[in-house]
Amino acid sequence: MLQDILVTGLVNGGVYALLAIGFSLIFGVARIVNIAHTAFYMLAAYCFYALLTRTGLGFLVSGVISVVAVTAFSVLCYRLVIEPVREHESAVLIATIALALVFQELMLFIFGGHFLGIPSTLEGSLRFLGVSIPYQRLLILVVAAAMLVLVWFILYRTRLGLAIRATANDLEVANLMGMNVNRVAMATVAISVALASVAGVVVAPVFVVDPFMWLAPLVTMLAIVVLGGLGSLKGSLIGALIIGYVEAITVFVLPAGAYLKGAVALLIMVVVLLVRPEGLFGVVFEEER
Amino acid sequence: MLRSILAAVAAATFAVGAQAQTIKIAILGPMAFVQGENHWAGAEMARDEINKGGGINVGGKRMQVELIRADTNEIASVPDATNAIERVITRDKVDFLIGGFRSEAVLAMQEVAMDYKKLFLGVGAAHSKLGLNVEQNYERYKYWFRVSPTKDVDLARTLFAVMGSIGQQIRTELKTDMPKVAILAEKAVWTEALVAAAQKNLPAMKMEVVGTWQPSATATDVTAELSAIDRAGAHIVFTMLSGPVGISVARQMGERNMKAVAWGINVEGQKEEFWQASAGKAQFVSTLDTYSEVEMTPKTIPFVQAFKQRYKKAPTYTAATYDAIMLLKAVIEQEGTTNADKLVAAIEKIEHIGTGATASWDKRHDLNWAVGKTAGIAVQWQDGKKVPFWPPNVKGMQPFKMPTR
Repeated sequence: MLQDILVTGLVNGGVYALLAIGFSLIFGVARIVNIAHTAFYMLAAYCFYALLTRTGLGFLVSGVISVVAVTAFSVLCYRLVIEPVREHESAVLIATIALALVFQELMLFIFGGHFLGIPSTLEGSLRFLGVSIPYQRLLILVVAAAMLVLVWFILYRTRLGLAIRATANDLEVANLMGMNVNRVAMATVAISVALASVAGVVVAPVFVVDPFMWLAPLVTMLAIVVLGGLGSLKGSLIGALIIGYVEAITVFVLPAGAYLKGAVALLIMVVVLLVRPEGLFGVVFEEER
Repeated sequence: MLRSILAAVAAATFAVGAQAQTIKIAILGPMAFVQGENHWAGAEMARDEINKGGGINVGGKRMQVELIRADTNEIASVPDATNAIERVITRDKVDFLIGGFRSEAVLAMQEVAMDYKKLFLGVGAAHSKLGLNVEQNYERYKYWFRVSPTKDVDLARTLFAVMGSIGQQIRTELKTDMPKVAILAEKAVWTEALVAAAQKNLPAMKMEVVGTWQPSATATDVTAELSAIDRAGAHIVFTMLSGPVGISVARQMGERNMKAVAWGINVEGQKEEFWQASAGKAQFVSTLDTYSEVEMTPKTIPFVQAFKQRYKKAPTYTAATYDAIMLLKAVIEQEGTTNADKLVAAIEKIEHIGTGATASWDKRHDLNWAVGKTAGIAVQWQDGKKVPFWPPNVKGMQPFKMPTR
């Protein structure tokens, strides 16, 4: 049983990590409460599905077009919906909830309430420690690691990353220093949505595509980013692995209570926050930067 | 001025006269989803067939059928469902109500229909409480009848009948006396009695229950559950799934190349789109079902073929709205009236040969359960096709297959 928990927790943690990276950037680092983040993930999954199954384009071309199209669309949404209310956090929150619901209803209108399946990019599976792991899940692990490195590089090795961190720390001072804070925020939204779109293209094949698929990941992502500590990419990664392992342990130890796995994960988050309100890596990381 | 008033009165009189020529039937269902689509499609087929044949003979007067499409949105919202049924009764002035899917929503809609004493033929919900209401308070709830499927307790009887047959095949092919069964049931009200019955009955059927796993109905990932089931060495995964988790289970079992075979209720597995939704990984997944090209009744094969020709896909069980409308036609023509009280008495006595079942009703206005009549069929996905395999004595059934070990 131990090897099952170790392998299953790691693989599921990888899926969560890929989903959490973009959310960590927008919510944790840039502090833009973009509730529509996972709705963009849903849009990318639908776009990928439509291109792959209805136009006959291959995985790579469909994936690239989906990521580029949804990212470009997010910039438009930012200009029209988020930017005008950017200074009021609660307004951004409400506007992005509305945006997500509009996307949901649009997909419901176009594709109906059907559950759609996207073929795996990589077929087959391997056995590791007696546990079967589909190649698609290994691909997710690799992509998650690559995205983490990429985001870290952007944040800490580029001028744009410096600007993102500066505006997140103090919007007004960054503005007074001559930064175009709106453009920086727009770039942050674009990068995070690009990451969500990559997740939509790579993760959606292991799940089911439907108009409500953005809701469950949203709650889990919030839990992971808050658990790991706002602003900490490392925290998000560890938070994702913790959630993955807690869920696996719940299922193996309490099979009849498998439906509680999400609730147990959220309970762990609450306990951690009670002991350490800033999350696992929040304050230390922010002070370091 | 006087001329305008007279014209208006004449137009209104004409409109009332025209309205009286039709029987209005509300089709209630979640229209953005497959269940609602099939509700509507089955009803359309019945309407067109009846109207083409001159309508329904009501005491010597031919009346056309008019359908009112009511989107209950009940999968997302129960209040939406009660609003929809209230609207069709009060605004559209329908004569009869047909449909419903989600038990929680149908229980709420049943109350509204009974308030207005409207005949409500249920096509979709299985919860026993719907029929229990009739038994406990007949005068209020007598206008409710369940046309499809059988109530949850009877669904369990069918499940165990098929399970016995699959268990025997496993004993023979795998040379094991005690097939191992993993119960995989979504956590929902409708599965509670089924899970308890499975835990009690399977050992009595000489099958070993290796564990019970209960994911959320909305779960999209069951890898941990399947990993545990794989480790337990189960031969059969006994599924009780109505939500999208049914797709996840099928797909992830296929991706893991599991040797266990899935049998039970998998509502998503009844749909034509299931193979695509599971990305072609649902090989050997089996489920209870209603329609296939087998001779359940003399009307089954012609109906399924006509449905496929018109809608380019096979019907699911909520397309039994066709049977509900044909049942209405039969009792209206028999009684010569649309009076609900008289029709209730007629349905209580009738045996109606439909497309999915040969139906008669008990004192709860639930279907009398019988294999080959109302118990439905069992189907298995084999190479992208839904293949019927139970009851074995019905013409057109094919062998049940298992993964190679």
